[in-house]
Amino acid sequence: MPLLEVKNLTLSFGGLMAVNNLSFDVEENSIQSLIGPNGAGKTSAFNCLTGFYRASKGDILFQGKSIFRMKPHKITAMGMARTFQNLRLFRNMTVLENVMSGMHCRTRAGALAAVLRTPGQKAEEKEIRRVAEECLDFVGILHHKDRLARNLPYGDQRRVEWARALATKPKLLLLDEPAAGLNYDEKEQLIDLIRRIRQELEITVMLIEHDMGLVMRVSEKITVIDYGQKIAEGTAEEVKNNPRVIEAYLGKEDEDDD
Amino acid sequence: MNTEKNITTQTRLTDNIYAGLEKKPVLYGIFALLIVAVLLVPQFANNYLLEIFTNTWFYIVLCLGLNIVVGYAGLLDLGYAAFFAIGAYTTGILSSQFGMNFWLTLPFSILFSALSGVIIGGPTLRLRSDYLAIVTLGFGEIIRIAARNLSITGGASGLIGIERPYLFGIYLSKIHHFYYLFFLLVILAVIVSYRLHYSRLGRAWQYIREDEDAAEAMGINRVQIKLYAFVIGAIFGGMAGSFYAIKMTAISPETFVFTQSAMILLAVVLGGMGKIPGVILGACALVLFPEIFREIGQMRMLLFGIVLLIIMIFRPQGIWPERRN
Amino acid sequence: MSLQEIILQQLINGLLIGSFYSLVALGYTMVYGIIKLLNFAHGDIYMVGAFVGFALLGVFSTAIGAGWLGIVAAMLCSMVLVGLLGVVIQRVAYRPLLKAPRLSILITAVGMSLVLYNFVMVLTNGEYKAFNTDLGFSGVSLGALYITYTQIVLVVATALLMLGLHWFINKTMYGKAMRAIAIDQDACRLMGINVNKTIALTFFVGSALAAAAGVMAGVYYGSIHFFMGFVIGLKAFTAAVIGGIGSIPGAMLGGLVLGLLEALGTQLPMVGSEWKDVFAFVILILLLVFKPTGILGKSEIERM
Repeated sequence: MPLLEVKNLTLSFGGLMAVNNLSFDVEENSIQSLIGPNGAGKTSAFNCLTGFYRASKGDILFQGKSIFRMKPHKITAMGMARTFQNLRLFRNMTVLENVMSGMHCRTRAGALAAVLRTPGQKAEEKEIRRVAEECLDFVGILHHKDRLARNLPYGDQRRVEWARALATKPKLLLLDEPAAGLNYDEKEQLIDLIRRIRQELEITVMLIEHDMGLVMRVSEKITVIDYGQKIAEGTAEEVKNNPRVIEAYLGKEDEDDD
Repeated sequence: MNTEKNITTQTRLTDNIYAGLEKKPVLYGIFALLIVAVLLVPQFANNYLLEIFTNTWFYIVLCLGLNIVVGYAGLLDLGYAAFFAIGAYTTGILSSQFGMNFWLTLPFSILFSALSGVIIGGPTLRLRSDYLAIVTLGFGEIIRIAARNLSITGGASGLIGIERPYLFGIYLSKIHHFYYLFFLLVILAVIVSYRLHYSRLGRAWQYIREDEDAAEAMGINRVQIKLYAFVIGAIFGGMAGSFYAIKMTAISPETFVFTQSAMILLAVVLGGMGKIPGVILGACALVLFPEIFREIGQMRMLLFGIVLLIIMIFRPQGIWPERRN
Repeated sequence: MSLQEIILQQLINGLLIGSFYSLVALGYTMVYGIIKLLNFAHGDIYMVGAFVGFALLGVFSTAIGAGWLGIVAAMLCSMVLVGLLGVVIQRVAYRPLLKAPRLSILITAVGMSLVLYNFVMVLTNGEYKAFNTDLGFSGVSLGALYITYTQIVLVVATALLMLGLHWFINKTMYGKAMRAIAIDQDACRLMGINVNKTIALTFFVGSALAAAAGVMAGVYYGSIHFFMGFVIGLKAFTAAVIGGIGSIPGAMLGGLVLGLLEALGTQLPMVGSEWKDVFAFVILILLLVFKPTGILGKSEIERM
């Protein structure tokens, strides 16, 4: 059984079909990409998967259970974490506090426990801190943990986002354009990190990405969409030579005439 | 962007003053001194002063309660006096009409204020946060009008002869009894606020204030977390109301008008939303200001409104800024 | 009076009061539509409008009398002055905070409301002011019903103002700019629309309509006081939500619906007139639970 099954997913804004009858699977422990030209509906599809948009039709199965139209926090709690295309850090909080947010759905101390400082609550706080530090260490910015998120350089802010998503202990990690704005070295480190996430943490990774070089190197399977519809699927080699993909990215030749 | 820059430069000017205050040993020393001073005051002060101090303690509790809603969770509650009223009337009705002991009325007061918090907050918090402001404003009016027109609440003239309780064998009747009792409430309120702030729940409030979408993506149920803040704030208000009822022994609907809610909000904003010392300072200012400037009379609320505007436009972080890094 | 006649009389009252709600609700909805701000001071703008109209009528009555001519002159002048007041408030209190956290601007709006409210209170010593006019009580009888000419004129005047607004919003460049900004401010800036000016204009129009409602309420009730804006502010907001906040026809419709519901609701057994205000707020809360988008509002996209 695939980890994630997307079946005939459709999302329309008014008359516009942002996602149109899209179906694909994500196999457990794979690295997979969703690509397409600008405005093809990639982020919209992501937002449907993570509950930020309510899709109009179709179904989404995660570990065999439907998460269709479920609220974002429930989906995260079920084991699907995401990052955002534009950084969405808690800017005025420390790096550590940012990453601690990921553990929220894995812990349960409520108001009463907090007021009474019960032993359980104290142990839980320690555990939250430990996991958060572990995640920061994993992405390589543990030394920044007490700095305010907004004071970090851009590349490190991206890492805070990844660490924060990892702290939710996901089974599937959705990365929305993780390489955007990164320089060459940082991209190399990203590729390494994505592989380590799969190997060491056994987390399945799916990404949306514009950097074709990166996508081709890292993904085992690529799904290409255009105008919200799937136009091709396969390995990097298969997709690269698919005429419909080339057409979608470069346009038909005769279009140049008008 | 521009405002953000302003805030940082303004903060820097006062940083040094506050930095000294926030070192731990210094802080504990100041706490100890303050508490000793507060405990000794009744030895020297006359009843008028004690009355003002007691009033100040009372408003500190109310303001700390509203601070959880406004400061911690970033929700605008414009009908906070309604929860205060619910607590006061619960205790008033149960003790004066059913002869119930004051201490036994407290659980009911908590129950009713929490319940009304859930009823008002539950549906509203799902929507944009501005709706909460207007719904709480309406709720404040509903409670006041209901108190005016029901017979069980004593109508427009309110309830009188609310029985005062015993505590440790002492019949609470003198002003210094209430002085100490309310000070104890302040300490409790501070501890509760502080511990909530530095907890999983406290962080979740902050995440939501910073970025709701990102918080949701981290698995935080924003409606539930906001409801927590709203209901805890309601319970604070209800408890304060219960104690108010036994101190005054009489309550009337006009205590719970919108102006009351607005003043509590002003104190929270004045001191700096979300910061315990700031909120305490704000509450003190709220009580002391009209006592010192008695002659202003009618102008009082006008001045309060102007102060509120000036703070929001020029110094939204309040008079006690939060120092981070 | 028979039951039908009571109901009919209440319907007429409801229609009248509802049309005041509509006028005030329009200001709420326009401002909300354009900068997503609940302008808490809007009810007080209505109140200020009534007092400005009152003062002007006092001045005009010696020259042209306090008949329709004087009232219309006072109302138009009050609309202009209070419209400008709205622009000033927007410029001084709201514009600096448009990029600040939402909570700041909401609290500022509450502060503005306190300032207006208490300023008028201090100015009038908290007294009721008699809104004296020369209109009298002549009117037409329909069976046991009696409708004064004043009431008829007020309803017609409200209808005219709303038609005027409808024309302004849909047919003029300024109106189109307003609607465009409500959809996408940044795009408007790129298209060369002066966003700040258009927002100011929105405040002008909204405040002017509230002032008109304030003056008409003065004429209708015969007296005004500094706290008249508080409850109507809440109710007009309710009306705006009933119609669907952000929707201009919605605000017009919502005001009338609320006015009628209130007038009929108070006739129910157990719901006396002292509960009239509670009735409106309960409607608001129920509405927010079951249909927060209102009658004509667009559902707030697919986003949850």
